Amino acid sequence: MQTLEALTRDARALALGELTAPEAEVARQMQICNGCRYCEGFCAVFPAMTRRLEFGKADIHYMANLCHNCGACLHACQYAPPHDFAINVPKAMAQVRGQTYADYAWPPALGSLYQRNGLTLSVALAFGLALFLALAMLRQGTLWSTPVAGGFYAVFPHNLMVSLFAPIFLFAVLALAMGVMRFWRDVTPATSGAELTSPAAAEAAHAALKLKYLDGGHGEGCHNEDDAWTHARRRYHHLTFYGFMLCFSATSVATLYHYVLGWPAPYDLTTLPKLLGVIGGVSLTVGTAGLWRLNLRRHPDHGDAAQKPMDRGFIALLFLVSVTGLLLWLLGQTAAMPLMLAVHLGAVMALFLTLPYGKSAHGIFRTAALLRFAIEKRQPNRLGLGGE
Amino acid sequence: MTLDVLVIGGGNAALCAALMAREAGCSVTLLESAPREWRGGNSGHTRNLRCMHDAPQDVLVDAYPEEEFWQDLLKVTGGLTNEHLARLVIRHSATCRPWMVKHGVRFQPSLSGALHTARTNAFFMGGGKALVNAYYRSAEKLGVQIHYNAEVDSVELNEGRFVAASVMHKQANGSVRRERIEARTCVLAAGGFESNRDWLREAWGQNERGEYPADQFLIRGTRFNQGVLLKHMLAQGADRIGDPTQAHMVAIDARAPLYDGGICTRIDCVSLGVVVNREARRFYDEGEDFWPKRYAIWGRLVAQQPGQVAYSIIDAKAVGRFMPPVFEGTQADSLPELARKLGLDEATFMQTLNDYNAACREGTFDHTALDDCHTEGVTPAKTHWARPLDTAPFYAYAVRPGVTFTYLGLKTDDTTAVRFNDQPSPNLFVAGEMMAGNVLGKGYTAGVGMTIGTAFGRIAGEQAAKAVQAQKEGAEHANA
Repeated sequence: MQTLEALTRDARALALGELTAPEAEVARQMQICNGCRYCEGFCAVFPAMTRRLEFGKADIHYMANLCHNCGACLHACQYAPPHDFAINVPKAMAQVRGQTYADYAWPPALGSLYQRNGLTLSVALAFGLALFLALAMLRQGTLWSTPVAGGFYAVFPHNLMVSLFAPIFLFAVLALAMGVMRFWRDVTPATSGAELTSPAAAEAAHAALKLKYLDGGHGEGCHNEDDAWTHARRRYHHLTFYGFMLCFSATSVATLYHYVLGWPAPYDLTTLPKLLGVIGGVSLTVGTAGLWRLNLRRHPDHGDAAQKPMDRGFIALLFLVSVTGLLLWLLGQTAAMPLMLAVHLGAVMALFLTLPYGKSAHGIFRTAALLRFAIEKRQPNRLGLGGE
Repeated sequence: MTLDVLVIGGGNAALCAALMAREAGCSVTLLESAPREWRGGNSGHTRNLRCMHDAPQDVLVDAYPEEEFWQDLLKVTGGLTNEHLARLVIRHSATCRPWMVKHGVRFQPSLSGALHTARTNAFFMGGGKALVNAYYRSAEKLGVQIHYNAEVDSVELNEGRFVAASVMHKQANGSVRRERIEARTCVLAAGGFESNRDWLREAWGQNERGEYPADQFLIRGTRFNQGVLLKHMLAQGADRIGDPTQAHMVAIDARAPLYDGGICTRIDCVSLGVVVNREARRFYDEGEDFWPKRYAIWGRLVAQQPGQVAYSIIDAKAVGRFMPPVFEGTQADSLPELARKLGLDEATFMQTLNDYNAACREGTFDHTALDDCHTEGVTPAKTHWARPLDTAPFYAYAVRPGVTFTYLGLKTDDTTAVRFNDQPSPNLFVAGEMMAGNVLGKGYTAGVGMTIGTAFGRIAGEQAAKAVQAQKEGAEHANA
């Protein structure tokens, strides 16, 4: 629990461009790390560090979002606790990262939704479920019946679903874009100010899509519960992210079918929307279950413990979306269909509502940081430490 | 079942010995005196090992042939080395890395700010602690029994033959449980005595100013190298090597912690400015050679100054040209102000600095070459990179001697056997800092400590396994 004094100090620091307590901690640690540099091969954070002698607010925001919390530098650190220097880069970076999500949230007033993110997600989920269960009851009078021809649209007409989801999704995209644009503007001068080039964009895309910085630098993975390497985090994240993207493209393709080709749902298993949806749903289910298990077993010194509710809430919500989606497919012809549909849509609604105010921000801000890194590394280094 | 190999120590050399003996099929127990979180001794602070190679090898560029390595070692030790053992280490370094990789060590290219070592030194990815972690993981997996908080203070010998070790298991509640461990063979790899302040004081004695210089030393590495076993072995009549005042000693930030300050407390701006002592006088050529070739002499130089303290002074021109120091320097807008802030005699300080500035003959400054900027008519001269300190702000860093490890140890041979009255023990071996003095009589060249530890650690493990085999065969023969 932060004291009022600390909160006031942080608020003032934010207004004046001074460092907040978590930012000052990153600056302190980076000054020590910069005199050691043993971790240079692990990731992008340390090469970015060696281009600097001082760490200002923008540098710290940039580096915090470059950090993937892989844990390699913590387990390798000669200055990690119980050493008096108490270096724990993944934790210090995670604390600032959490702060940047809130600071750059748009509209700014909603940044506080990050503070108690477990509660935020719960309320959003309760709202989504209540909304669709109530709508189904109002329209059908029951949640348990085999609908007549027309399938899902007999419960919720297509236009109703579009009018509910489209504005919320578009708002989420807008809110995330506004936030990351402000982040980009702030960190650009601190990262050479240079413009994005296509080789830099390609490199950053490669690093983001392959989760390059969870490979430990040697290609053999990162850490979860101890100092041994594992590819598990990377693989489950891939299943989660690509599973989500497949589900999303299933919906997008279905929308095109509906409006452009005039083919309304339902679709057979051999059609593109169904194939994408089923493969994506299974992948997302396995991925989130794996990430959940890894999160429970994660070494306690990794990252910021205060963000566990946000991390786990997001994983659980994605899991709920994928499992209810699969169940809906399996039970679509039974009396349980209206109930499953309401629950699934409620979960999806909660996910969309909280997209700009939850864990999903990490992907957007980290990609921006990776782009700035790919740009900055192509600029000449101002420091000339060649002789030592 | 009698234990085959007892390894006493928990750093690089001990782990190499334990892994080799285990791979040869021996039962192995390793005793680390530190708790788990401080395991690994000084190895956790290292970053590379110096490697011979005749052609480019993964992270190593060009070639670093045996002869060049040997000449480098000969030069830094001033001949205080053993050519046979030194060449053994050098050749070993050419072939040991695949084995290291097999046990989980990974290498990375030379670090930024250490590019001069890209040819000679293979850097551990993540540094020495990552190496130590990898070796412990591998040892656990292979079934080496590992005990932390287990300090050995004496061993039982029978005419130069190891019989048993007496172990103090330090319990969480502060109590101590004693255990006597018998083994067919034993490898001693428990480090030097650099963490033992009383022993350092005794070794360095009192100087002509009545000071005990060692009282001002900082220890760059572990606090657990108390030299308990080394002292015990010397008292038991093991043959000794080396001078107790010889050590790897560098000038480090005076504000560094008493132990475990490691690499980041180095002050790397010596060659870019001047260094004065407590009396505000210069005492050595700051630009004698490239800093990587000179950093290891400055600890000793500072140890010889009054109060064992000195001040590295630079001006704004040097900022950004050396590894950034871990603590902020003392900053001033003028040299007199800097002298006052440091508590140095202002008149003497200004005399020293004015003399130096006036003596600078500026040519073309190039920190990456032995350039032609030098002094004329000032003693001591500064032979390279001499530029007047004339651009504010000025910075000063107080430095003290920082001991990395001591060179006093047990005399050994190419089997790593501990020797008594010049006779090798049949089953007691030594590796790492406890015998590095056989190769390093004085001086240092970057990364050679880990090369010695790896080579002799592996040889010790191999020899121990061989001795176990011989004992078992001997017993079978007796039974038959």
